[in-house]
Amino acid sequence: MTNYDCKNLEAFHGVMVFCEQRDGVVNPTSFELLSEGRKLADDLGEELCGLLLGGDVQGLAKQLGGYGADKVYVCESPLLEPYTTDAYTKVLCDAVQELKPSIVLIGATNIGRDLGPRCAARLHTGLTADVTHLDIDTAKYIDFLNETSTIDTSKGKWDMEDKGLKMTRPAFGGHLMATIICPRFRPQMSTVRPGVMQCAEFDEAKANACEVVPLTVALEETDIHTKVVEVVREMKETVDLLGAEVIVSVGFGISKDVEKGIALAQELADALGGVVGASRAVTDAGWLPSDRQVGQTGKTVRPRIYVALGISGAIQHKAGMQDSEYIIAVNTNSDAPIFEGADYAIVGDLFDVVPTMVAALKEKK
Amino acid sequence: MKYIVCVKQVPNTSGKVAVKEDGTMDRSKMATIINPDDLNAVEAALALRDENPDAKVIVISMGPPPAKGMLHELLAMGADEAVLVSGREFGGSDTFATSQILAGAIAHIGLDKDDIVFCGRQAIDGDTAQVGPQIAEKLGLPQVSYAADIQQKDGTLMVKRMLEDGYMTIEVETPCLLTCIKELNKPRYMTVRGVLEFDQKPLTVFDFETLKDEPLIELDTIGLKGSPTNVYKSFSPPAKGEGVRVEATADGIRGMVEDLCEKHIV
Repeated sequence: MTNYDCKNLEAFHGVMVFCEQRDGVVNPTSFELLSEGRKLADDLGEELCGLLLGGDVQGLAKQLGGYGADKVYVCESPLLEPYTTDAYTKVLCDAVQELKPSIVLIGATNIGRDLGPRCAARLHTGLTADVTHLDIDTAKYIDFLNETSTIDTSKGKWDMEDKGLKMTRPAFGGHLMATIICPRFRPQMSTVRPGVMQCAEFDEAKANACEVVPLTVALEETDIHTKVVEVVREMKETVDLLGAEVIVSVGFGISKDVEKGIALAQELADALGGVVGASRAVTDAGWLPSDRQVGQTGKTVRPRIYVALGISGAIQHKAGMQDSEYIIAVNTNSDAPIFEGADYAIVGDLFDVVPTMVAALKEKK
Repeated sequence: MKYIVCVKQVPNTSGKVAVKEDGTMDRSKMATIINPDDLNAVEAALALRDENPDAKVIVISMGPPPAKGMLHELLAMGADEAVLVSGREFGGSDTFATSQILAGAIAHIGLDKDDIVFCGRQAIDGDTAQVGPQIAEKLGLPQVSYAADIQQKDGTLMVKRMLEDGYMTIEVETPCLLTCIKELNKPRYMTVRGVLEFDQKPLTVFDFETLKDEPLIELDTIGLKGSPTNVYKSFSPPAKGEGVRVEATADGIRGMVEDLCEKHIV
């Protein structure tokens, strides 16, 4: 594109959300991103658009408006089903070069984290990975710092007029938070952690008002250098950690009797109306499937109650659960890091503590 | 035939993290390890070389001179050559800048039809998973990320690429770039012979002078100043207030449950 210049900041406007779909089902992270993108677009006084790619996806477009998109650009081609890095990169980059959004948000899913960096490299701009908080307005960003950091925001100079995107993400497994900016190039791109941004209520009227715009794609078979031989969905008994109100997670502390440890966790989860999660040590050992893993490389959860049984609390684990409303930790080691930040700390053996807890809960009911 | 593996030395963040007063991490107080996913990438390359004895495994890392120690370990594990990309001008690079420098370094080594570039999916210090795909883009290579199985069949690879709820099997021709996850394999250990012989294998340093004329490297987008992204602020989350210590006795636990009920948490 001859008139495309990633350094000409003034030429870029609006927020674009890449809306991931597979087999005609929109990934719920896309709704979270649209909800968040709406706020950013409002702060900028600009438009929010969704970008939807696939084989036959026109019918999915309107619902994206219900979460805040003013417009949804739809690119349909048999070459866009199933996902390939090459096809999606080409279409997304072409769309960005044509529409020149100043912000592009992509879900930090397995596909998003394949696509995002490839596109950022091609578009010659920065990309911030796995973002958990976004701000445009400096005033709102200062409020965010006041709430979540120990920084004294009254000191130091702030550019209150700055409308650059401030992208905050955990670093070093959540022990540090870093706010990243992309001041010299556009678009400002980030992949956003699933399950973190609050999803707006679906608004039927907005969905009806949403404009669906077909986008022609110049995509050839020769653009794609990989061949998808098969796509397999593994029929596992899935546990919805992200939607759970209560999560009882087990760690290496169950090692002396794995079966019993998991059974006890399940009993406690049943008594509290929740599900069983796990630390990486447990999923790595194959004691529970990896979709149960909470933490930096697993899922980020924020249930009302999080019970950590025999989990020492490596920062990678804490990064995935520290925003839970109430944390109950059980560990034999009184110095275990899991106790920092726990609302209730029980130094004891989970094999003794859990049956007592279950009994006490049953008494109460 | 070359298998080039990108590796990174990272602080061991699985224990406690040392933080300086200004909120940044005190790397000097922390032990360093080879990034775990990168070990799976090295193993993948070594395993393919076991099938193709003519191939050479070259490990490449960008980092300060002490990263040589890690490269020695990888040579002892069985890699044939090592390259350290090191220079003040490269320091502070973000993922865009890093991938540009590594792509330039790989181009400097040269890529042929049968070659494969391996990376770990992500490093435990940054957790971005960006450098692999960005290197692939700069080198114009097809990529397969999240590789959990790799099978070779005359010039093409069959790669099992993990998704959240299953996987894809992807066929890709060489040269290509793969990012590897822990499910792919179990990394081998160094051998006694490897440890005795590693210093006879070449370890080359590519500094700024070596790479500055590589066309893939734009000199104004590398290092701390040139990187497209900058750190605006960094901070540690405030420590949560001290919680309640509960006695691990029947009375203590019953008390906690009562407290939970009174506060309508349960």
